[in-house]
Amino acid sequence: MKTLVKKISPWIGYLLLLLLLPQFFDSVLAVSIFNQMAIAIVFALSYNMLLGQGGMLSFGHAVYFGLGGFLAVHALILIEFETLTFSIIYIPLVGGLFGLLAALFIGSFSTRKAGTVFAMISLGVGELIAASSLIFVSFFGGEAGVSGDRTYGPPFFGVEFFQNIEIYYLAAAWVFIATLFMYLFTQTPAGRMANAVRDNPERAEFIGYSARWVRFISFAAAGFFAGVAGGLFALNYEFITEENLNAVTSGRVLLMAYIGGLGYFIGPIIGAVVLTLMNSLLSNYTELWMLYLGILFVLTVMFLPRGFAGFIMMHQLAWTRGKLKSLALPYVKTGVPATVFLAICVALIELSHVEGEALHYLGLELSQDSGLTWALLLIAATAAFIATRKTLPQLRNAWIEANHMEDSSGEADP
Amino acid sequence: MTVLSLRNVHKNFGETSIIRGVDLDIHEGEKHAIIGPNGAGKSTLFHLISGRYHVSSGTILYKDEEIQNKTPYEINRLGLARSFQVTNIFPRLNVFENIRCALLWSHGYAYSFWQLLGRQQALNDNAMEVLQQIGLENRANYPAGELAYAQQRALELGIAVASGADLIMLDEPVAGMSHSEAEKAVQLIRKITQGKTLIMVEHDMNIVFDVADKISVLVYGEIIASDSPENIRGNARVQEAYLGEVVSGA
Ligand SMILES: Nc1ncnc2c1ncn2[C@@H]1O[C@H](COP(=O)(O)OP(=O)(O)O)[C@@H](O)[C@H]1O
Ligand SMILES: [Mg+2]
Repeated sequence: MKTLVKKISPWIGYLLLLLLLPQFFDSVLAVSIFNQMAIAIVFALSYNMLLGQGGMLSFGHAVYFGLGGFLAVHALILIEFETLTFSIIYIPLVGGLFGLLAALFIGSFSTRKAGTVFAMISLGVGELIAASSLIFVSFFGGEAGVSGDRTYGPPFFGVEFFQNIEIYYLAAAWVFIATLFMYLFTQTPAGRMANAVRDNPERAEFIGYSARWVRFISFAAAGFFAGVAGGLFALNYEFITEENLNAVTSGRVLLMAYIGGLGYFIGPIIGAVVLTLMNSLLSNYTELWMLYLGILFVLTVMFLPRGFAGFIMMHQLAWTRGKLKSLALPYVKTGVPATVFLAICVALIELSHVEGEALHYLGLELSQDSGLTWALLLIAATAAFIATRKTLPQLRNAWIEANHMEDSSGEADP
Repeated sequence: MTVLSLRNVHKNFGETSIIRGVDLDIHEGEKHAIIGPNGAGKSTLFHLISGRYHVSSGTILYKDEEIQNKTPYEINRLGLARSFQVTNIFPRLNVFENIRCALLWSHGYAYSFWQLLGRQQALNDNAMEVLQQIGLENRANYPAGELAYAQQRALELGIAVASGADLIMLDEPVAGMSHSEAEKAVQLIRKITQGKTLIMVEHDMNIVFDVADKISVLVYGEIIASDSPENIRGNARVQEAYLGEVVSGA
């Protein structure tokens, strides 16, 4: 009973969070961001079925997202013209089934090998589909894409989905279901063997499993859920273009999953939330947000190879020992100068980017032409950097102290 | 009854012949050791039988079925399991998952994505039993890649025998272990291969004479003798080609 409660409570928390979010933030912008997050979460989780759980590095996962999305928009059009009659709440399923179909076809040859071969095929297929989307205009709509209208169809308990908030609750339901099923997949024989094949495809074959079949099943499942995400996209935006299945979108979902943390189920969720926020909020403030995204990615790869989720999980040991408190002060001591350093770096980057006018930054007005401004910024950056470096050993010691094994035998189970 | 039988098996890598016409019969319940100098082709022979390599020519029969062109997983499903000379585990899975994965196919789960592992009582109990047998029950939650060497070797063994295969092939199972670790491992091998057919590559002659009831000697890709331990000990050709001082010293 206790274990059941322990198992279910994170899910109840997740559901409550999804349902209550718009109660706390109900602006138009917030709801639109939540909808983007919902789409990104499902997409990033589906990507992690490939990379994190199955060891398949794909550069073309947007294909299944996009194809699912295109078919979903076409389904909306068919509903609009009353060729089909069903509630639009099922649209993500339409996207999912088409993503699945595409993945069954492409996976039948691409999952033969993992590693570089798989990565190259995914890249090639991605290019191919992106290119053909500009050729088969009747399905893909050329550069303009295709658009539909989600408000036709029979109302769902009176809801006609005119408003984004209605779409949010629909998306939240789908996100919850999709997350749950993707999690459950990891707990099945096929899901567990995907991990085994990721770790050691050769040995998997000597315990009775075809590594290729194992990969194929994960690949198909990932295609399905990417298609569900594509269907959510179609519902939210009511249009879709070639951009949504090309390499840029494929790259972005890789970034989300990686930054969030491939090794943890929750990692891609964190990555999707963080990157969606950066994407929508940062882009309001600066044209250079893509640059910062790139920097974030590089820093994550270098310093947090297990992503944000890995960083959080690193503290588990200290937490169970009640030593997390001893880390707080060292974190602040290093964190403050590090943040200042990064903030000044941003100022320098933005300052070199503004043309002519002054840069308004954190309440300051900086002028590109003033040599003094540059000099002061550089000096401050250096000082902050040195301060960061100086405090780093303290943090390291505190870390070792907090994680130090009392009994050196280290016999205890983690 | 003969379970495994090799007929004139050859294996070439490019120009080089590594296995040069091996004939070998393994009988049911036999504990069969394969010995021979380094580079003789013992591991290659294991790879041919288990499907990792395809033969260049010849046939391999397992329970009267030709298996020389089958994939490793097809061969494994027939009831033939093996371990590797170089530890070959699932490093990021924990120890329990390593064993449970090795049990999945024989428990009939195949590629199921509709059953939850946590609810498969018989499967999970069986995995715990195997862990107890190989002495890793208090390491169940450790990532396999972080185990000590001897423990990884025990796990290697556990993965091979977990599925309850009838024919078990162990390639230098105790290589690199300390004397006491090796002793424990040999006891373990005896215990877990009880009532099964065992083929084992091993260098330590004490262990070979201790465990095996039949010994084949592989030299330069050919079996030069296949006989009972006593006769192998007395075989002049074997003495000359391989055993020499080892046996007289032992
Ligand atoms: N894949 C391969 N390609 C080329 N040569 C190989 C290959 N595998 C093994 N060999 C060669 O075959 C010979 C026998 O190797 P092996 O079977 O590992 O010997 P043993 O296990 O008896 O020490 C060695 O000379 C080795 O270099
Ligand atoms: Mg060898």
